[in-house]
Amino acid sequence: MSRAREQILSALQQYSENGGYRGIVKTPKEEGLSKEDRVARITQMMEAVHGEVHRLLDREWMKWINTELPKRGYKHILVGSGDIGKIVNVEAMDSLQIHSYTAEIEEWKDQLFNQVDVSITSTRGGIASTGSLVIWPTSAEPRLMYFVPPVHVALLNAEDIFESFEQMVIEQKWSKEMPTNSLLVSGPSKTADIQQVLAYGVHGPKQLVVLILG
Amino acid sequence: MKQGNTLSDRINNSLGKAQNRQNFRSAMSGLMEKRAAQFPDDEKLAKLRDRGREIRANSLRNLPYLLIELEKTLTENGIQVHWANNSFEANQIIVCLLQQNDAKSVVKGKSMVSEEIELNSFLEGHGISVLESDLGEFIIQLADETPSHIIMPAIHKTKKEIAELLHEHFPELPYTEDVDQLTQSARKILRNKFNQADAGISGVNFAVAETGTLCLVENEGNGGMSSTVPPLHIAITGIEKVVEKLADVPPLLNLLTKSATGQTITTYFNMISRPRQPGEKDGPEAVHLVLLDNGRSKIYGNSSLQEILHCIRCGSCINHCPVYVQLGGHAYGTVYPGPIGCALEPMRLGINKVGGLTSLCTLCGACEQVCPVQIPLPKLINRLRAESVLRRADYTSLIGAGSMRKPLESWGWRIWKWIYRNPAIYRVFSLIVTRTRELIPARMGRWARYRFNPKPARRTMHELAREAGFDNE
Amino acid sequence: MGKPSEIYFMATCLADLFYPKVGIAGMRLIQREGIRVVFPQNQTCCGQPAYNSGYRAEALDVARSLMSCFPKDIPIVVPSGSCAGMIRHQWPELFHGQPDAQNALNVSKRTYELTQFLVDQVEIELDDLGPSITVAIHTSCSSRNEMKVASHIESLVSQMKNVTVVEQERKAECCGFGGSFAIKQAEISGAMVKDKTDAIGKTEASKLVSQDCGCLMNIGGALRKQKRTIEVQHIAEFLWDRVYETG
Repeated sequence: MSRAREQILSALQQYSENGGYRGIVKTPKEEGLSKEDRVARITQMMEAVHGEVHRLLDREWMKWINTELPKRGYKHILVGSGDIGKIVNVEAMDSLQIHSYTAEIEEWKDQLFNQVDVSITSTRGGIASTGSLVIWPTSAEPRLMYFVPPVHVALLNAEDIFESFEQMVIEQKWSKEMPTNSLLVSGPSKTADIQQVLAYGVHGPKQLVVLILG
Repeated sequence: MKQGNTLSDRINNSLGKAQNRQNFRSAMSGLMEKRAAQFPDDEKLAKLRDRGREIRANSLRNLPYLLIELEKTLTENGIQVHWANNSFEANQIIVCLLQQNDAKSVVKGKSMVSEEIELNSFLEGHGISVLESDLGEFIIQLADETPSHIIMPAIHKTKKEIAELLHEHFPELPYTEDVDQLTQSARKILRNKFNQADAGISGVNFAVAETGTLCLVENEGNGGMSSTVPPLHIAITGIEKVVEKLADVPPLLNLLTKSATGQTITTYFNMISRPRQPGEKDGPEAVHLVLLDNGRSKIYGNSSLQEILHCIRCGSCINHCPVYVQLGGHAYGTVYPGPIGCALEPMRLGINKVGGLTSLCTLCGACEQVCPVQIPLPKLINRLRAESVLRRADYTSLIGAGSMRKPLESWGWRIWKWIYRNPAIYRVFSLIVTRTRELIPARMGRWARYRFNPKPARRTMHELAREAGFDNE
Repeated sequence: MGKPSEIYFMATCLADLFYPKVGIAGMRLIQREGIRVVFPQNQTCCGQPAYNSGYRAEALDVARSLMSCFPKDIPIVVPSGSCAGMIRHQWPELFHGQPDAQNALNVSKRTYELTQFLVDQVEIELDDLGPSITVAIHTSCSSRNEMKVASHIESLVSQMKNVTVVEQERKAECCGFGGSFAIKQAEISGAMVKDKTDAIGKTEASKLVSQDCGCLMNIGGALRKQKRTIEVQHIAEFLWDRVYETG
C-alpha cells in the first residue's frame, strides 16, 4: 500500500521541523573498571538473575563439560561447527552424545525441540554493568542454539567483557555492519506473569551456565 | 473498545472486585520498589532521563526522514516494509502476507500494537489460528480477556485462577497451583506450537534507521523464538518507534527495563537486521515490518500534544498511578490504560469516543516524575480536558474536540468567572457564604459520600487580614 | 535572592472561605521575621479550578484579575503547593500568546509556596514552645511533584523539638482530592481517601499536617466521617501555634 506510505509521510512532513540532529546530552563516563573488576561485576550481575558462573583457565572448560554434564544427568549435547564444536566432538567422554548443528533447522526441528539437553556455544563478549552475554549467531553457531535447549553453556573470554552495552556498540563500531541477528542474554529465560512470582525456563533455557575463561 | 458498557459502569465494576484490587495494589507496590532500587542516584537518573528525552525528541523532530531512512536500510537488508494508515489496512497487509505464504497457524510475541488493531480476531476470522506465546498474553487469550496492563497483561489474575484456567483448557495436565509447575506446563504446550507454527508475529521496541534493525525486549524467549523458528516473521510497530542511531538504543534500553519492571536488563534483547542469509541454518526466510499510523500522524501535527509520541511503553506511569492501582486496566476500556492511556487514547481515538478518560486523573504528577523520557502527562491530560470542552473547534483540534462541553457545566464556570474576576462581587459572595455557613449540610452531595462537607469559616481571610492590620498594598 | 523586605500574601480561595486562620498564621510567621506583609484585598483565586476542568478562557480571566493585585516586583507567598504551582508552572501556559504573557511570566517567577519561602528565602529558625505530640506529614502532590518542596515541610517540622514525626505507608501517594476529581469520580476518590486514612490511622500520629488545604479538607473530612480522632492542620497554623509566645 504505497498510498498509505505517501499519506503518512506527507502528513508528517507538513509538520516536521527537520531540525537536524541536535546532539545528545553527553554520554556518561564509564567507570574505568579493570578486567578483574569487570569479571567480578558480570559474575555478580549474572548470579543475581539466576545465572551460574564459573571462572576457569582457558583449556579447563572441556574438563568441566566432561565432569559436570554427566554428573547432572545430561546426555544430548548440541554444538556448532566452530572451534568449540570441534573440540567437544573430539574430547567429549563417551557417555555424552554430541549433536552438531550442521543441517538446516527444518530438517531436524523435532530433535532440537524434544531431544537436546544442553547447548554449548561461544559468545562475542560480555557486558559487566548488566550481566549480559553478547551473541552474534553465525552459520557455525545458529540462533536457535541460544533459545531452544533447556540448558545453555556459554564460553566467555574475560578479555571480551566490556563495561557497558553502549561502550561495546561504540568501540566496536557496530553501526558499520550489523549481523543478521544479534542478541543480549542475561540469565535464563524467566517470567513473572503468574502473580508476580518469578519462574524460570518458560520458553528459553531454564539454566544458563557461563564459563568465564582466562 | 471492549468490556461493553459505560466508563462509570466499568469503574464501579472494578472497584467492587476486592481480590483484583488487592492484586493490583501488591503488584504495583512491588514494581515501584523495584524501579526505585534500580535508580539509587537521583543525579544519574536525571541525566539518563535527559538523554532519553533528547533521543526521543530527536526521533520525532526528524520522524518522516528517519522513516524513509529506516525503509531504505531495512529494504537493503532484505526486510520488506509496509505502511498502514489504520487498523484495517494493517490487518489486510498481514493477512495477505500470511495467505501468500500459505500460513495457517501463527505464533505471536507480545505486541501492544497488535492489540491496538485487534489482529487476533481479524486473523481468526480468516481461518488463521493465532497463539499468544508470552505467558501473560497466553493466559488472557485462554480466558478470552484483554490485557489489564501493557507490560504484565495478566496481572489481575491470581495463581489459583490461572491454575483453574489451564486445567479447564488442558485437562490432560495435572492440576497444580505451583507457579514453577504451571510455567513448565505452559512451556510444554507452547513448545509444540512453536515447532509447528507457519509464521511468527511480534512487536518492535525500537527500530533503528541507521542500521535497519528491529529490537525486541523480552524475558521469556518467546520473542526470539517467534522471530526465529517459523519461516515467516512479521513485525508490527507504530511509526513513532523509530530512532536515528544504533547508539541511541543502549540508553533507551537501560531506561526501559529499569522503569518497566525494575530489571537492570531483560533476559533477552533481540536485534534483528536480516532474514536468513544463504548458508545460515535457521531464522525466517522472510521478514516484514508493518509501520502503523493509526492516528499518530494526526497527533504529530498538534505540537502541543506531540510529546506523547516520545513514549517507549515502559508502563512506569501506570505502575505509579494512584487511580490505576484502584481500578486496574480493564476499567479504562482502551488498549492502553493508566496515564499513558488517558493521554494517548483520546488523541488517537477521538475525544467523542473516549474523552471521559481524562477524568481518571487527579493531576498528582506521579507519572511525570517517573517517565523515563519525561513526558509531561498531567499537562497533556489537562490540555485534553481543555480540548474536550472547547467552544469552537478548528482544523488543528482533535477529533471530537468540544464534544464534552455541557451547557450546565459551562454556565457554572461562567458564573464562577463572573464572581471571581470581580473583587467587589467576590466580596459580597464570600460574605454570603460565611454568614450562611450553618445552612450548608454536612452530608449532602457526592463529596459527602466518603467525607463530611467542610464548613465555611465565620469570617473570610480578607476580613481577618483587614482587622489584623495587614496592608492592602 | 535571600530575605526580602516585603512580600505579597495570596490567601487562596479555599483558605479564604474555609481556613482563614491558615493565612493569618502564615502572614504572622513571615511578619515575625521582620518582613512587611501585604495582603491585597482585591485577590480572589489563581484560576486553577477552571483550568483543571478545561475551562481555560474562564481561568484566564480570573488569573488576570489576580495578577493585577501584584504590581510590585516583590515575592508572592502562597500557603498552598497547588495554588503556588498553578501560578508558578501553569500560568505561563495559560497566558501563552496573550498580550500580558510576559507579565504573567514575571509574576510566576516570584511566586513561592509558604514553606519554600520560609526555608529557602527566610532561612527561618523556630523555637518549639508546644507540648509533646506525634504527627504524620502529608506532602501534597503539587508540593512534592510540581513545586518540589516536599523536603521543606519536613525540615520545618523537624525544627520542632517536642514533635515526633511518624511516617504513614505510601506517604507519597495522592489522597484522591484532585479538585473536581473528587466530585466527578467520587467513587474512585472515595477509595483513594480510604486507603490514605487507613494508612494514617495505622500510625501513632494524633495529628496530620500538610502544605495544602485541599488535601486536608479531603483527608480531614474522611477521618471525621470515619469517626477517627486524628486531627488535621495546615503547617502554617501548626507552626504558629507552637512558636507564638503569649505576652
